[in-house]
Amino acid sequence: MTAGTYDCIVVGTGIVGAACAASFAKDGIRVALIDCLGAGLLATAAGMGHIVVMDDSPAQFLLTRYSQKLWLSLADNLPPTAEFRNCGTLWVAADNEERSEIERKHALYKDHDVPTRILSRSELAVLEPELRPELEGALLVQSDAVLYAPIAAQCLTQAAVAKGAHIFDGEVISIGQGTVTLRDGRIIQSQRIVNAAGERSPELTPGIPVKKRKGHLAITDRYPGFLNHQIVELGYLKSAHSVSLDSVAFNVQPRLTGQVLIGSSRQFDTTSEVDHAILGRMLARAVEYMPGLASCSIIRTWTGHRAATPDKLPLIGPWPGDETIFLATGHEGLGITTSLGTAELLSAYFNGHTTEIPIEPYLPARLGEVVHA
Amino acid sequence: MPNLVKMTIDGAEVNVQAGATVAAAILITRSGFRRSVQGELRGPVCGMGICFECRATVDGQPQLRTCQRLCENGMVVNTDE
Repeated sequence: MTAGTYDCIVVGTGIVGAACAASFAKDGIRVALIDCLGAGLLATAAGMGHIVVMDDSPAQFLLTRYSQKLWLSLADNLPPTAEFRNCGTLWVAADNEERSEIERKHALYKDHDVPTRILSRSELAVLEPELRPELEGALLVQSDAVLYAPIAAQCLTQAAVAKGAHIFDGEVISIGQGTVTLRDGRIIQSQRIVNAAGERSPELTPGIPVKKRKGHLAITDRYPGFLNHQIVELGYLKSAHSVSLDSVAFNVQPRLTGQVLIGSSRQFDTTSEVDHAILGRMLARAVEYMPGLASCSIIRTWTGHRAATPDKLPLIGPWPGDETIFLATGHEGLGITTSLGTAELLSAYFNGHTTEIPIEPYLPARLGEVVHA
Repeated sequence: MPNLVKMTIDGAEVNVQAGATVAAAILITRSGFRRSVQGELRGPVCGMGICFECRATVDGQPQLRTCQRLCENGMVVNTDE
């Protein structure tokens, strides 16, 4: 392979890598897409597949909203197997403090033209009768959706190939100085190498501030009609987003099969075994909110790792440690949602175009001094 | 004459011997259990709670393993919900 064949090599075949390849190819960038370390889908396969607008910070809100609009415009082109469903998110309030969070969120979303609806206790009980009756209402974000991310990633890869992207059958073992080295000894060169390897990205680019944040999920047998929306507790903001402690939050998702996907947990833990203590806490939390879950059968539990950054924003753009390395990683729990926005931002950056939102809040250089390995 | 319990399976009233499992009651009254996602008929394979193939709705509670439950008077069983 000669240097200059590709304008860009994307390393990582999860949804972020696939989205990057699709955007780059669409925008006329000659791109190759290669798996990292034989890792496959990682969080793309392990996660919930929730397309959600979040507002932990203004930058997070902008990227999730921008990305959600991209998903909504892509939705009609996804096959039925991608299970895209506009079920909306219900943010439920358990007390008055969380109730005021509903008002704040409603006003913020309204300012940005995201339609939401405030639901009283009784309106909530009609929409989701399995929720415990004493809740203080909810905020319905209708534009949120769910999908089956592995198939969505596959569709993005196919879209990339249709626009001329080249998929490499191989495993990348190292990147740097314009060179990508595969396990079988092949070398590919390009002046732009995108590290989209998620939780594995620090193995390829030592020093990037990405840590594995473990999560657990459980899925039930089929109970059609049990649940109609993705439901997340507003306590999530207080507990799950603390950056240090282990935490659990009530977060359930209806699948098209009638199965209920139950989350969530957060731990800084690099092991992949199911931790029964935190799984138990997670399920107890779910039963607190939806008592009927206690008599549902769970057919599978598993774990995955989110690629977490210190400020809960992804790393998108040039890596100050090597002028040929660009990052598209660190999406933590929002990689499915923000994959499309990430890809558009990076593609526009390469082509010198402007985008609807600025790339600056996500540039790796924001985190200061590079720690060289 | 053994003790009989009266129950309803898919709308039909049936009398089965006390002490029988619900799976056995379904087997003697019907040709199949639930259907798979692809529409195939399923039936009790292991009879000991491992295979989950004999699931049915019992007294409104879905997805129960009928091989692990004994028949009771007045029980209502639906195999394909």
